[in-house]
Parts: sequence; C-alpha cells; structure tokens
Amino acid sequence: MVRCFLIHTVCPVSALSAGESRVLYSRVFGPDEGVLSERHRELSPEERRLLQKEKVAAVARQVRSAVSLSREASGRPLVETIPGEENLALQDADCGVVRLRAGDPFSEEASALWLGVQSLGFTLVCEPHENLLLAEGTLRSLTRHCLEHLHLLGQGSELQVLLKSSRIDVLLSRLLPHGQLLFLNHRFAQSLEKEVAAYMAK
Amino acid sequence: MYSHGSESLIKQAREIQESELQKFYSRLVKLLQGKELGHDAVDSLQRLHLILSATKYTRTLPLELQKKLVALLSSPAEQLQVLSSAVLRETLPLSGQQPNYNQENISQLNSHATGLLLSQAGSKADLSFLCTQLLRNLESRPSEGPAHSLMYTLPILNNILTHSPDCLNEDQMTLVSKKLVDWLRYASIMQGGGASSGGFFTGPRSRQPVPIAELDGTVSGDFFTVLCVGQGFTEDQWMNVYSFSMLRHWLLTYHSSCSTTGEADDRSEVDGSVVSMVSATSSSSRLLPPKERLREKAFQYCQRLIEQSDRKAHKKTDTELQKMCLVEAVCILDCVCVEDMSLVYRTFPCIKALFGRLSSDLSYARVLLPVAQFYLNHGEMAAVDCESVWKVVFGRFPAELFNDPFLAHELLRFLRLNQESIELRVPQYLRYFPNLLKFLAWDSPAVVDDFVDLLPSMVTAGTAVELLHTLLDLPCLSATLVLQLRSTCLPISEPGGRGLMSLDAFRNSSFRGLFLFLLRGEAGSGDTIDRLSTLHELLSEAVDWPRVIHCARTVPVLLHVFFNTVITVADEKLLAHLILVMLERSSLLINIPAYIKEIHRVFSCHLLRLCKLHPSLVMNQSHEMLEFAGSTANVYSKEELYTHVVWVLGEYLSVSCDSRCSVSLITSCFEALEAVLFEITSSAPPPGSVCPAPKVINTLMSALAKLASRSHDLIPRVSLFLSKLRTVTRGGSVAWCSDEEDLIAIVTRGEELWSLLKAPGVAQSVLTPPPHVITPQWHRDTNVALPLQLRALTSLTHSQ
Repeated sequence: MVRCFLIHTVCPVSALSAGESRVLYSRVFGPDEGVLSERHRELSPEERRLLQKEKVAAVARQVRSAVSLSREASGRPLVETIPGEENLALQDADCGVVRLRAGDPFSEEASALWLGVQSLGFTLVCEPHENLLLAEGTLRSLTRHCLEHLHLLGQGSELQVLLKSSRIDVLLSRLLPHGQLLFLNHRFAQSLEKEVAAYMAK
Repeated sequence: MYSHGSESLIKQAREIQESELQKFYSRLVKLLQGKELGHDAVDSLQRLHLILSATKYTRTLPLELQKKLVALLSSPAEQLQVLSSAVLRETLPLSGQQPNYNQENISQLNSHATGLLLSQAGSKADLSFLCTQLLRNLESRPSEGPAHSLMYTLPILNNILTHSPDCLNEDQMTLVSKKLVDWLRYASIMQGGGASSGGFFTGPRSRQPVPIAELDGTVSGDFFTVLCVGQGFTEDQWMNVYSFSMLRHWLLTYHSSCSTTGEADDRSEVDGSVVSMVSATSSSSRLLPPKERLREKAFQYCQRLIEQSDRKAHKKTDTELQKMCLVEAVCILDCVCVEDMSLVYRTFPCIKALFGRLSSDLSYARVLLPVAQFYLNHGEMAAVDCESVWKVVFGRFPAELFNDPFLAHELLRFLRLNQESIELRVPQYLRYFPNLLKFLAWDSPAVVDDFVDLLPSMVTAGTAVELLHTLLDLPCLSATLVLQLRSTCLPISEPGGRGLMSLDAFRNSSFRGLFLFLLRGEAGSGDTIDRLSTLHELLSEAVDWPRVIHCARTVPVLLHVFFNTVITVADEKLLAHLILVMLERSSLLINIPAYIKEIHRVFSCHLLRLCKLHPSLVMNQSHEMLEFAGSTANVYSKEELYTHVVWVLGEYLSVSCDSRCSVSLITSCFEALEAVLFEITSSAPPPGSVCPAPKVINTLMSALAKLASRSHDLIPRVSLFLSKLRTVTRGGSVAWCSDEEDLIAIVTRGEELWSLLKAPGVAQSVLTPPPHVITPQWHRDTNVALPLQLRALTSLTHSQ
C-alpha cells in the first residue's frame, strides 16, 4: 500500500532556506494514521491535519536532501529538456530510495522512492515490504503522465502543478486508486490512460 | 527552472484577507446554485482548493458552501466529484457528518467520494462501518450498474485493512476469500469489450468471442491472469487484476503465521501437520474451507505467472511487468509455504528452476532477492543446497550492481530483516563484507543508516582488523569504484579528461594489484596492503570528488559503531592489535584534511576508552606508544591523537595498573616525553605548522609529573624544567606560543605541578587518585554517611 504521493521542489527556492522544499502537491491515502494510534487520540481534527502536513513536509525535506547529494555525487550537469522530450527527461532523471525510519516521520518504517526531474521531485512513500519493483514502475508511469498532461517541461512547471491538482487526482484514481499499486499490462494500462486522456481533454 | 509565479501565488493564497475570502465564498455559493455548472464554477472550485491547501492551518468553510460541496460529490460529472472531494478533504467534516450517509447512499458513492469518507474516518468504528457498506456493495450489486463502480471497492478495502485489520469479522473474511477465489481463478477467458476482428464486414455475426492471449501473442491455454491480454476486458477480468494486486497483503494479514521473515517455524509445524492432509487433496479443492481454498488458488496463480514470465513479451513495459509479477509470485509462494509447510515440496522445483534460469542475468537481480528469501526460509527444511544462491547474492550483486540504488536498498533490507537467520544459516556471509561495503562506498548518504544497523554483525574477532583497515580506506574504495565505472565507459585510447592521472593509474598493470585488493569481494586474503601510501598518492585527484567526500563523512560514524561493538567481542590481545593499527594508520590515510582530523578524533576517543577498560594495554604496547610519543613531528601533524597517547601513558604506566611496570620503563618513558617537551618549548614550530595548543604542553607536563611522582628520582628533573619555563616566559612572548592567555595558562599549570611535586607523597595521590576516591560512594562512604543520616533523621523527626 502506498502511504502518500507528493510532488515537491528539489531546487533552491528563494522564499525558503537552503534545505527546504516546497510541497506543490500531496495526497495521503487512507485515514490519518494518528486516528488509530493511542498517542494522538486527543488531537482535534485541525491538529491532525497540521501534523499530517508537517509529516509530508518532513518527507519532502529528506528527499530534497537525498536528491541534491545524489546529483552532487554523480556530477552530471542538469540538462534542460523541452516539452515533447518527456521520455528523455524520464530516462535522465535521478532516482533513488530514502529509508524513513519508524518515527521519522511516520510511526512505522517506510520507503520513499523518488524521481528527480529538473526542479521537481516525485515521491512515492510505501510500506517497506511492498513490491518495490512495482512501486518504481508505477512512480515512473505517474511521473511520465504528469510531465505530459501538465506540461511540466519548460517554464513555470510549479505553477502548473499548483493550478491543475485535480488532474493529478484523476490520474491517481486510475493508476494508483486509494494507494493500491496495480499490476497492469500494456492493454490494461492503455485502457486507463484513455480514460485519463479523455478527462484531461475537457 | 523555478518560477516566482508559484511562490507569489502561494503567498497570495495564504495571505488572503478575511473579507475577500468571505466574498469569494458567497460568489461560489451563487455559482454552484445553477443546474449546469460552467467553467467559472470549475475555476473557482480549483481556486478554492488552492487557497485551502496552501496553508497547513485549517480554514472552515461556511455551512452553506459545505453543504453544496457535499451535494456535488454525487454529481454525474467526474470533474465536479474530483474538485469537491479535494476541497472537502482540506477542510473539516461537518460535525456528525459520517452517519449522514445511510446505507443506500454509500453503495452508490463513487470512488472519489468514498475516498473522502475514508480520509475523514475518525475512529476504528467508522472504518468498520465503511467496510460493512463496501462488502454489502460487493455482495449484492445490480448488474446494470456503471462499469467502474465495483472496481475501487477492493483498493479501498485493502487500504482499510492496512490501518485496521480487525475491521472484518469471520463471515466477512469468508465472503471476501470466496470472491477473491472466483475472480482469481474463474475470470472469463474470452476477450471482453466486444472484441471483433474489425475490418469491412463488421456485423453481429463476425463478433465471435475471441480468447485471451499471452504476452507473446499466442492464444492462452489456461485461466486468466494479469499477464494475459485482450482487445478489451470484462469486468471480472478487471477484478482479477485488482484481486491479484491485493492478494499478498490479504494473505499476510489474515493467514496466520505468515511473515516474510519466517520466524514462525515452530508454530506452523503444528498447523502444517493438520493442514497438510487437506492440501494434499488439491484436486478436490472444492471441499476445502474458504481460507485453504484461497491459499490453493493463490498457489496455482503464482505458478502460472512464473510459467508465463518465461515467454518473450512483445512490449518492453510487459517485460518489466513480468519481472514485477515474478517478485510478487515468489513472495506469495513464500508466504503460503510458511503457512503450510507441505507446500514447500511442491514449490521448490519451480523456484529452483527459476533461479537456474535467472541467476546469470543481472537485469533480473531484483527478482532473485525474493528467491533468496525463499531459500533462506525453506532451504533447510527441503534439504536444498543454497550455496550457489549466496554466491550470487553476496558475491556477484554487490560487485557488479553497487550503483543500483533500488537493489542496494532491497539487498540491505533483506540483510537487516533476516540478520538472525542469516547468522545462523549462512555464516559464510561474513566473508563478503568487503563486497557489501561497496554499496556504502558508492552512495554513502543513502545507505549509511542501514550500515549503522548492519555493521555490528560484521564485527567479529576474526574480521575486526581487516574490517578496520577496510573502513579507513573506504574513501579510496569509493574513488576506485568511480574509476572502475569510468574505465568501462571510456575507450582505452581516449584520454580520461577530468581525472586523467588516476584513471591511467587504474589501467596501469603495475598498480593493478593495489586496486584489485580494494575491489576484492571476500575477506581473508590479508588485512591491508603494503603500498598504501602509493595508493593514496595515485588517488590524490579524487579527494575533491563529491562521492568520495560524502563517503569520507560517513566513515567516522561507522568507526564509532565498530569500536563500540569490538570491545564486546575482542580479547585483550586483539585490542592491543587494534591500538597498533590506530597508531600506524594515523599517518596512512587518504589526504582529505577534514577526514584525517575526524579520524584522529575518533581514534583518540576510543584509545582512551580501551585503555580505561584495560589499563594493562598501555604496559603491553608501551614500546609502540613511546615510539609514537617520542616523535616531535607527531605533535604538529597529529596533535589530538598525540595528546591522548601522552595522557594515556602518564595515567596508566604505573605499578598499580600492571605489576610488571618497572622503574626503568617509567624512566625511559619520562625521558622520551621530556625530550619532546624541551624541543617544542624551545623553538618555533617548523614552517607550515601552527603552534602547539596549550593542551598538548599541559598534558606533557602533567604526564611527566605523574611519572615523576611514581619514581621520585625524576622529580628534580621536572622541577628544573618547570622553573626554566617560568624564567623564559617572564621575558614576554615566546616563539612557540602565539597567544598571551594560552601562555599564562601553561605557566600557571606548570606552577601548580611544581608546588605539588614539592610534596612527593601527596603528589602521587593527587595526580593519580586511587579508584575508590574518584568513584562516588555517597551513603556507603563512612565519612560521608554520618552527616547524611543525621540530616535524614532530623527532617523525619522534626514535625513541620
């Protein structure tokens, strides 16, 4: 099961300090984990929402740090890809996994798979015993669709993410419904992609 | 690149004035009033979502607006469903909203609305309620409903089970098991969606039902699975996909003693003997209870997937899917075998064949990890030889796939979760630590966490020395791995460009041995190499490569873990050897200044600790320590470590620590230290070095004083030095100390020691107090006890 999916910045942002990351889109699947644990029983719904947002921000920060270290180590210069080169951008993307220890920030251990495409990071947080090969494939597929349908290669990509969050919601509802990773062969995938494309066209 | 537009948009959304916001709300309510909602309404909803989600503090919407949004949840237009549920998710539920959904409503809720209900669930009771409704939906759904309305049910159910497995009662579990069996095993084997051959003559007659196909195009001869294709799909084929996608999690949650770490051996032995009778009759599986039937069908499904994965798929994405299915299938088989041990005999031939097929193909490495888990869990029971599996997993993967971040993560996770089992059943894994450290050398920040957990298991009496050397040379390994990769990428004739010298050195046959040693896969061929300094020189270009720097930063952390563990497994002889390694290697490190300094700091800390635990170590290694302490150069190049060695000598070279300590040893130690002290306080530091810190000089003086207090003949010599020091410093500034305050501190210390040494008997107890004086005794100390007792009695007897 996927806990959450987020899109966030992985390049320096003027309004934030050096290591911070701006979360542009986040979707947590399922009930708030605080609801069912003893510790946070007394929190009000506002406090729970706040806590959840903080946890998501913590994940984004950790991934941001991992992305910049990975890019620094590989020494490859960041190449600007232009719209139309989504597949190339995906091939060139940095990728990795961050181990989120229990308590930091979720109550149980999790694995955060990430893809860094230019200034954006796409992160999928999974339970550790999940099929990570499937999770990686799903993340790549989601990223490719986001890049294509939201026109994220080029100027102002962050703006696109902020303004078209409903499209990402629909994408997730087909390819990752309620956080469920799916084994989709190319036919099933095509069928779902057609539905998504039809929605985007409106 | 990052645009300022989005930052200002977020700022606007956060700082919107309350009055403006209220106006916006009322405008939106009006827009949502009409029957047909146009672009304006949609844009405004999107804007509302942005305003709500831009801040982590929750805003409350006016009641009327909330009610309108709730109504939109069941709009026929998906766009409105999506937007309204997104908005409502960012705000608080109306009080008492949950029970608003009565039974008929829920069964007609779409995926987005149900997702919203799920995210707003406030308790386990809410989840149970939602569960019950979903299952009712599953059970008695009118067949003319829209195609997708059933499909999100399993994902939501799976999500609920992740958070609250006890949401389902026995009957519900049975119901779901039965449904899963139906969908997994008995889905339609004809293509759905009105698949026709198309073409000119299309009509009802040419719409012959076409059977499903395999990924390589051949007609499928068995039941439907996720690896089957068709032009279109029927609903139960979709449910087949959703069922398989959640199958492993279902089995892990509800089929007892089912865990990937296989710790449940003893418990399932009892279960297994009862159930094996039943599963042996697999042909008559209809007689099995639902749970066992599901297990049997899961088993068959996975076996079929493994067969199907051998076919050559036409599309690359399908080849990737085959790998994912293999991983899942092997994991499910492992799970099922843990639950019912008799299945192991039916499963092993298939797993063995799979290993044989894939072991030489590195692109299937990630598939082989679940296979290795299976061997680990069941290999012993089935008396199968697992050696070849470990050779591949520990011997080949780290050596050739160290730069695959996902493989690294999964392999290290496998080691972490199965640590006990591996130590028991695969003791030879320790031999492969040089290989495993390659993951760390390549991508330290990503895996250092894992190694902090794993390193203790690698530290044994047999591996300690080689491991210490390997850790110290980890940055060199990091550089070598970079060179190895570059060497395979760049043709030999082309110059290396950046990193020219080191790449040439790497390819040079006369230095081959050095690099090969670093790249070795197994331990045991030697602790380290002779020509370490040559190696460091060859890699001098690499000291500013980011990857090497990241690696260098993590080594001190791991050294701490190493030393903390080694004291629990090493005897004094080994500890002595380690001290020698520390002294030797302190000058044999790759030339990254910050790195060298940190390592010296770690060495100092642990030298101190070791000697405190085993004071006789100092006596035993006195020769080497004196050699180290007697070299003036060390004062300038290894100040911190030098200070600690001197301190340790002063503190522990005494008869009370080791009865073999002789007067002549104390004298020779004294002389060595005295010589150094004279030298550094009589001349300026050599060009390129800074003045020694006061701490070094003070430590030297204190050590000399301590040694003198044990052998009183030496006292006059100390006193002579200290008076000379006083005289010299009265003259003002000196060449060997740049700061006046530091000089004052040194002189003050000297004077204290001088006055202390005037009373030799007292000096020894003050400078090296016996242990019972420095450990606090509180009430056990007869001198301290009486006042404490009196005070306690007084406070008890004096009534307030």
